[in-house]
Amino acid sequence: MATLELSVSEDVIVASVQRTRRLGPLFWTATGWMIFVFAVAILAPVLPLPSPTDMDMLERRAPVSALHWLGTDGLGRDELSRLVYGARISLTVGLFAPVIGITIGGALGLLAGYFRGRFETLVVGSMDTLLAFPPLILALAVTAYLGQSIFNLTCILGVLGIPAFMRVARASTLTLARREFVIAAQALGASHARILLRELLPNVALPLVAFFLLGVAVTIVVEGALSFLGLGVPPPISSWGSMIGEGRESLEIAPQLAFIPAIAMFLTVLSFNLVGDTLRALTDPRQGAL
Amino acid sequence: MTGAPLLSVEDVAVDLPTPRGNLRAVDGVDLTVGAGRTLGIVGESGCGKTMLSRAILQLLPRKAKLSGRVRFDGQDLVRLAPEALRKLRARSLAVVFQDPMTSLNPVLTIGTQLIETLQEHLELDQAAAKRRSIELLAAVGIPAPEARLMQYPHQLSGGMRQRVAIAIALSCEPKLLIADEPTTALDVTIQAQILDLLAREQRRRHMAMIIITHDLGVVAGRTDEVAVMYAGRVVERAPTHALFKRMHMPYTEALLAAIPKIDAAPHTRLPAISGRPPDPTRPLKGCSFSPRCRYVARRCHAEKPLLAKAESSDHEFACFNPIHVEAGVSA
Repeated sequence: MATLELSVSEDVIVASVQRTRRLGPLFWTATGWMIFVFAVAILAPVLPLPSPTDMDMLERRAPVSALHWLGTDGLGRDELSRLVYGARISLTVGLFAPVIGITIGGALGLLAGYFRGRFETLVVGSMDTLLAFPPLILALAVTAYLGQSIFNLTCILGVLGIPAFMRVARASTLTLARREFVIAAQALGASHARILLRELLPNVALPLVAFFLLGVAVTIVVEGALSFLGLGVPPPISSWGSMIGEGRESLEIAPQLAFIPAIAMFLTVLSFNLVGDTLRALTDPRQGAL
Repeated sequence: MTGAPLLSVEDVAVDLPTPRGNLRAVDGVDLTVGAGRTLGIVGESGCGKTMLSRAILQLLPRKAKLSGRVRFDGQDLVRLAPEALRKLRARSLAVVFQDPMTSLNPVLTIGTQLIETLQEHLELDQAAAKRRSIELLAAVGIPAPEARLMQYPHQLSGGMRQRVAIAIALSCEPKLLIADEPTTALDVTIQAQILDLLAREQRRRHMAMIIITHDLGVVAGRTDEVAVMYAGRVVERAPTHALFKRMHMPYTEALLAAIPKIDAAPHTRLPAISGRPPDPTRPLKGCSFSPRCRYVARRCHAEKPLLAKAESSDHEFACFNPIHVEAGVSA
């Protein structure tokens, strides 16, 4: 049978389709807020802010003024300064705890989904056990035993996040490992390590990274809840959660002390969720199309 | 041909445990492929073609049970240690799948996939591997190969993707290429191009090839030998020209009749094969094709026909009631 040879002029195909996806003003506002919060948190020591721990007993619960832009709290400490330094704690814990989760959970999920068998049963079983354990009791037990510190708090929240990341990684590995490109790689003699790292990991990374941003949002809220209950960072260090907790005592006289950190947390968590959702939606079509 | 064939499949059977009972996907298949030769495996969906190819590659699903022997290049693959098997695959086996959508990694560029495979197999440095990838892409007929290296699979058309999949398969200079329905997911015009490409590269590299298809038209003229499979068994096996000149098994005849003909009068009914293949979890006592066969006799229901030699020693078929018509089709 005679066939047509492909004779397309070479310059036609080279221009690859430009990615012109509209992200919308909401996405950019959220990204802008996130950048702002990060910048302020990182630059806190060089910003012209009063110390967040200096007390001024004569200026307790002072209203907004030129000296104290957001007023002072119940012990006369500058509210804006505490908010900015609190962002450092909330963001540190909020970012590093999911890093623990994505590393350990992602690795376990990838291995469990690829190798299956007894290893998978063991991993899934132990994760179910961890999920069944009440998280607050676990946090309480660990802080009581090891003491309250930012490091301990990050570790607890990180470990609590492992099962969720493991599930996301395992679920996408299970479907991907049966795809033909994996079998083709095996037929070409690729080793297990190569298949896991080069064929599967880049594919599993997409949903994991999108889930990571949602994990950050959840962790900030949980850290707030723990600090609110007095299980978070030890005083006098401020975090958004502990600020809300302290503001609760003067809710009738000075409601702004609880509401200002709550609004900061609300906006930040919302931004992480919005950006996470948009990124997931951006990476999904390619997966669906293939 | 002298010496042992490159690949010989001896009495291979594949059993898959299913909730409805044991499913015998491949049932006592014997095949040989010599170096540089092409074997076509033909049969309808679910007749065990793909399972047979996976059995040859030793890439069956985890729960599948394989029996028999697969000898490749003097080694029995079934009894080979995993690491030795991996090394053997890396040197001499490759596979091209039906759907180029799923046979390329969606998140890596064409270049990354090709270059890494080359580096792994031929131990080339980055620059040499890149040059070799461009040559390979050009060899499989991709225009502007240099620009293609930067693109992702979803930016290519189906035919292009299949060409890339073939380039990756050819990259390690395999001795045997298994093409599992390489053209089923493609346009008819692209089909012929891809098949010609495979045939050209096969001649150039002197590799053996197994083409798995449900289309006798694909096999005609492009293979040295054809094995027709039905319900997990080989029911007719012959050199391609001999098969198309004179087929004995009613199933082969029915398959050929089911190919639409360009010179048929408009609105002619296509003589499709009625019914379905038998339930593989409940094997029939007699010939598996007997419920759908036009020439069925009483004996066909009671006894399983075995592969027997026809007039020449390399033409075999399994039928009690063979047909002897000249098909009148030249291969």
